[in-house]
Amino acid sequence: MQFRHKIAGGDFAKAGNVASSVKKVLRQLNIDHAISKRIVIALYEGEVNVVAHAYSGIIDIDIDEEKIKITIADKGPGIEDIEKAMVEGFSTATAQVREMGFGAGMGLSNMKKNSDSMKITSVVGEGTIVELINYIQPDAR
Amino acid sequence: MTIKEMINKIDGRVICCEDRLSSTIEYAFASDLMSDVLTIEKENLVLITGLANLQVIRTAEMSDIYCIIFARDKKIGGEMISLAKENNIILIESPHSVFYISGEIYKTGIKPIY
Repeated sequence: MQFRHKIAGGDFAKAGNVASSVKKVLRQLNIDHAISKRIVIALYEGEVNVVAHAYSGIIDIDIDEEKIKITIADKGPGIEDIEKAMVEGFSTATAQVREMGFGAGMGLSNMKKNSDSMKITSVVGEGTIVELINYIQPDAR
Repeated sequence: MTIKEMINKIDGRVICCEDRLSSTIEYAFASDLMSDVLTIEKENLVLITGLANLQVIRTAEMSDIYCIIFARDKKIGGEMISLAKENNIILIESPHSVFYISGEIYKTGIKPIY
């Protein structure tokens, strides 16, 4: 099962739409509640990151019997130092992002915590790709 | 404690989803930082916040939080109400501060998360 969603940078009103639709799909597939919650939280943080930092983004969702793979690819400024960006509390978010209740430097670490594997590749001045994998059977991790 | 009993203690006004007021609450968390709310694994939780925007409702949706109290009579917009209705999330307005609301709720035996 595959889905593709486009996201516009700066569009805070729509941040969370993708996570919301994936949550509904996971519910229909009867995925374990705790497993599904981790997936939607990681995806939601990822969506907020694109809206907060990038110009545009594409989210690809690929669900098979064993796992869900989420690829969040954005066109944006990229991340200069990924290791530093992973440190909780480090943030380059604007005042507007903070007003929305984010931008405290917790997004990437929340995504890591809520995924079974996370891979980030980024090119400064071009964009960032975050790949998340979560196993959807309780004993598959 | 039921949500209805909690509302009386904080002079709350229900904005939407009244049909769930007899549900009971076990935990409470007060925050304006949504990333912090998203770290919570516990359920059956009320969120107390001073922040009023669409992302608060989205965060509650993702975290399976079904009751939010907005402190200091923060303006709850129409888009927030429709999203809350879609997800059956109770929205409550209170004229009191986050500190006052937290204190009153804590006294009733509702447990903190951390």
